[in-house]
Amino acid sequence: MSPSAQGVRPRLFLVDDHAVFRAGVKAELGHAVEMVGEADDVAAAIELINERLPDVVLLDVHLPGGGGQAVLQGVLPLHPEVQFLALSVSDAPEDVIAVIRAGARGYITKTISGGELLQAVHKVAAGDAVFSPRLAGFVLDAFAHPNSGTLTIGLDPELDQLSPREREVLRLIARGYTYKEVARDLIISAKTVESHVSSVLRKLQLSTRHELTKWATDRRLV
Amino acid sequence: MVPAAPARDHGGISESTESSARPSPGPAAEPPRGSRRTGRGYRDDWHQVRWQAREWHHDHERSRSRRHQEHVHRILRLRGMRRSTEARVLAGVCGGVSEATGIDVTLVRIGAAVLGVAFGVPLLVYVVAWLIIPIDGDDGNIFSRAVTDRRGIRIFIASIPIMVMLQILVSVLHIGLIGIIGWPLFGSAGLAILIWRNAGPTEKAWIDHDLIPMLRADEEGASRWSLILRVFVGALLGAAAVTVLVFGHTTAAAIRPLGGALLVVAAFVVLFGPWWLRLVRDLMSERQARALAEERAQMAAHVHDSVLQTLALIQRSPNDPQQVVRLARAQERELRAWLFEGKAPGSIGEEATMLGQGIELLQRHVEAGHRITVHVVMVGDCPLTDGLRAELDAAKEATVNAAKWSGAAQVSLYAEVEADAVKVFVRDRGQGFDPDSVPGDRQGIAQSIHARMARYGGSVVIRTSPGNGAEVELSMPRP
Repeated sequence: MSPSAQGVRPRLFLVDDHAVFRAGVKAELGHAVEMVGEADDVAAAIELINERLPDVVLLDVHLPGGGGQAVLQGVLPLHPEVQFLALSVSDAPEDVIAVIRAGARGYITKTISGGELLQAVHKVAAGDAVFSPRLAGFVLDAFAHPNSGTLTIGLDPELDQLSPREREVLRLIARGYTYKEVARDLIISAKTVESHVSSVLRKLQLSTRHELTKWATDRRLV
Repeated sequence: MVPAAPARDHGGISESTESSARPSPGPAAEPPRGSRRTGRGYRDDWHQVRWQAREWHHDHERSRSRRHQEHVHRILRLRGMRRSTEARVLAGVCGGVSEATGIDVTLVRIGAAVLGVAFGVPLLVYVVAWLIIPIDGDDGNIFSRAVTDRRGIRIFIASIPIMVMLQILVSVLHIGLIGIIGWPLFGSAGLAILIWRNAGPTEKAWIDHDLIPMLRADEEGASRWSLILRVFVGALLGAAAVTVLVFGHTTAAAIRPLGGALLVVAAFVVLFGPWWLRLVRDLMSERQARALAEERAQMAAHVHDSVLQTLALIQRSPNDPQQVVRLARAQERELRAWLFEGKAPGSIGEEATMLGQGIELLQRHVEAGHRITVHVVMVGDCPLTDGLRAELDAAKEATVNAAKWSGAAQVSLYAEVEADAVKVFVRDRGQGFDPDSVPGDRQGIAQSIHARMARYGGSVVIRTSPGNGAEVELSMPRP
């Protein structure tokens, strides 16, 4: 995808403790984004992001000094307009759950190609959510079963269930479809797909479902 | 360099020896050419002529059965009617009637059952409907296939004397209800033979797996004791029946018809006995042949998945000796395990007990043997059954096909455990293919995917077109 097709060059901040990876991302995306800074630990990241206010922060989940979560907690209360896209080498469920619940707008693995990474950055910059197939599968799994009886008290049913359409969208994403392909398959606009995904993300962040954390701990093997 | 790549058929290695030795059917079969009347040429020509004669014969047979089918349709004006696959208890006839007429299916069913038990004839009508109404999703009816099933017809004819005999016995002994519905009942049983022998593959799988076990629930896991008990109870009941028959009436009045009936039986046995015996023997040998053919098909699927796949890979990497050695060694190990330890190659399900484990193994196998990344997403998990193992093998085959032919660097595999089925989607963004252009006799899709799934009542949907990648959807019902 050419940068001109996306209009503006988003202002990108990079948080990762591997210098090699940072260099790689800069080399791949340098022409299409405006790099406003980088950091290799939690404290430096919080300070610099709050100072420079980038559009998108590319955030490694495994960071010395508290992990990616700590960065989210240090920035979002002050500057909720900053969008975070989380990355990690593996997509272990506990990583996914932690960063999404802490407020990241998307989650991808580092095996992603340069083009796809750029696309994800643009999507997050525009306020949309980025779902990898694995994340979609995780959400389907976590929302598949009704709540276990003991924990239903105080749950908001609106937040704790997916609509049939949301399920369909997630199922297609889990099968490896892009948003565009999902839209074509369900005969809806790409914008509608985005709004479904965003709504799922909101449910994921606000839900108090016991299964969300249980799933993650149960399935460490994935 | 690599030898000219074979046409992408998504089905694996092209079986050149077999297909070239056999003239293709239909108009492509060329008439004998030239007049070299010596040596090989002469023999080849002769072969051709013989083949063509056979083709003509087949064409004739085909058009005859087609005409026959049209005839049946026209008479009964049932062209649009289909037996339902969803609303079905037995053959889906009631469901089909309800769909065609708009009457509630439960009403139709109650009506059919009541009339069937009371008069018997509706029973025969039901079975005839089973024969001549095609099932939903199939164009041909069973009858059009049954008319070419010579042996089936012979069995049907052979069963007529048995029916006559039974009917005579029943009417002689004045067994009330059975006397009324006897004829239709026996007729239906005879026709059921034709249905069983000629049903379509899906329906046949359903009959074999769901209906037949119901009729002989004792065959598997039956202990000697239950057999003894059954024989004992049966004998007791029989004795009681005779006692009631004999002493219920005045003695002489009962014995006379009973004796007559026995004479009838004896006459029939003497007349038709040898014929029946021969038919039974024929049937048994046919059954053995079928079992052998099935075993052969399974073996072919295994060989295709392992040896042929490896050979294809070796042909594609002739400039990478290390890769060739690695592949050959792995294949050798697998083949040894198969021949000497009985572990079937290409089968991943046996090492795993849960679906999740199986999928993980599949991913590891495919990524180890092919240069492709398999992205796995799983929702839910469940213990593996035979059907699910077959689904895993089919999914592996689909993944390997994507690795070999699609040209894509990665393939997505999504597995979801639903309440009544396990679905697996294998998707690549490669070059895609035209499913209609894949010859039906290629092992990959036909044997390793379709047949494997059908054997356990599963289904396959393939979505693809040239240039648009491919997605294979596998669905296996859960018990």
